[in-house]
Amino acid sequence: MLEITDLVHSYGSHRVLGGVSFSVAEGELVSVVGPSGCGKSTLLRSVAGLIRPSGGRITLGGEPVERTPDNLAIVFQDYSRSLFPWMSAANNVALPLRRKGMDRRRRREAAMTALEQVGLADAGGKFPWEMSGGMQQRVSIARALAYRPSLLLMDEPFGSVDAQTREDLEDLVLNVCAHHGITILLITHDIDESVYVGDRVIVLTRSPTRVAADLEIGLGRSRDQIATRQLDAFVRLRAEVGRLVRGGHTTTPASVLEKH
Amino acid sequence: MNYARVLRGVVGAAGFLAAAELVGMSGLVDDRFLPRMSTVLAGAAGLVTDQDFLADAGATLTVWLLGLLLTVAVAVPAGLLLGTLPRAEAAVRPLIEFLRPIPSVAVIPLAILLFSDNLNLKLAVIVYASSWPVLINTIYGLKDVDPLAKETLRSFGFAPLPVLARVALPSAAPFIATGIRVASGIAIILAISAELMAGGSEGIGIYITEAASGSRVDLMLAATLWAGLFGVVADSVMVALERRLFRWHHVRTGGAR
Repeated sequence: MLEITDLVHSYGSHRVLGGVSFSVAEGELVSVVGPSGCGKSTLLRSVAGLIRPSGGRITLGGEPVERTPDNLAIVFQDYSRSLFPWMSAANNVALPLRRKGMDRRRRREAAMTALEQVGLADAGGKFPWEMSGGMQQRVSIARALAYRPSLLLMDEPFGSVDAQTREDLEDLVLNVCAHHGITILLITHDIDESVYVGDRVIVLTRSPTRVAADLEIGLGRSRDQIATRQLDAFVRLRAEVGRLVRGGHTTTPASVLEKH
Repeated sequence: MNYARVLRGVVGAAGFLAAAELVGMSGLVDDRFLPRMSTVLAGAAGLVTDQDFLADAGATLTVWLLGLLLTVAVAVPAGLLLGTLPRAEAAVRPLIEFLRPIPSVAVIPLAILLFSDNLNLKLAVIVYASSWPVLINTIYGLKDVDPLAKETLRSFGFAPLPVLARVALPSAAPFIATGIRVASGIAIILAISAELMAGGSEGIGIYITEAASGSRVDLMLAATLWAGLFGVVADSVMVALERRLFRWHHVRTGGAR
């Protein structure tokens, strides 16, 4: 459903993306991992139509992305900046639904349902600044869910929460993906996380960024923070992704694992 | 505001009043030039039931309120425009920086020449002088809006104008409110200055002028005292309102309480 072909982007003379190509199928959860400063956020912003890339092609559901596509939602790392502090959690979740032409009551209902799905059934009346970081990020996720996007982009969504919360949120996203059949493109710098949540992992090189590898994870959808991480396959994949991120793509038989 | 702070403020004010009274009692100053503090305070209390003074005060407050409303109606939209159009702002900036430091009272004689109607004259100088803080704060408030907050709504497909209305305006609102509070102080100064310089039929400034022509320094000071009190009350009401309306802002910036 998402097709990225030869995506190129430069800031001035600095070329960040040097021809990135990959695709995401309907209902997939694809994690994108790469060294810091490799243009992951540039990639995400291009897909969202927030910036116009210097070159290449992005299509979403067959349509070229020229400005922000409909039915797309983003969860940003920085929930405290991305949620509106003058609104309650429920109103934050309900606000984007105005774009859907829903009336006040239906927006409210949809917001409550989404908050329930992320485990915040009772927190709708709270303000973001009255909540912990993990709760705030749950509100951001609820806001994205309520919008029922066909593609959900997540930019380092768990980068600003503590380890325990991070695990909870990872499982929440896995759940959401399984139950709602949403297609998710999740960007992270965390190698372990990319393997734990992904159906596929796209590893990016340093800038000018290209796709170093496109790995099928094949661990199934039901994952467990402890058990999954103990699996031989998980350990092997994590090591593989780790090597690739560090730029050593010749040390192991990556070709065996690679899909394409 | 905590109790000890308020207490210190009261002690300071009471100390000043007592000292002024003592100077008056000692006979160091001729009380035709500087009446005793107790006389001034008694005069101020008497003004509460003085129909003439009440009409004057009402007139000044009406002009103040009208002027402030006009200021908001002019300066907020202008600030929104300049805050969202950086090129236009760059073009207008030097002009603003030149006009702003001119003491506003200096434009009153010009206004007297330009306006035949006394009310228009007062409103014009109030709007001219009070617009600066509102304008500047609106521009800065908009510049300060978190780009990520705007991107969030953009990513949900909101067009520039709705993004301005739903993110930029609420984010900038606390700054705009502060600008309006500063403007309200300026507006009362300009209202009375215009009355003093341009004359007219009623207003606190007119009352002061008339008291002066009758050599009633005690009533001049009493009226002045009321003008000052009004300024303090208006300011505190607005501070309280800001705290209430923009609690989210004060919590975030750590300025709570």
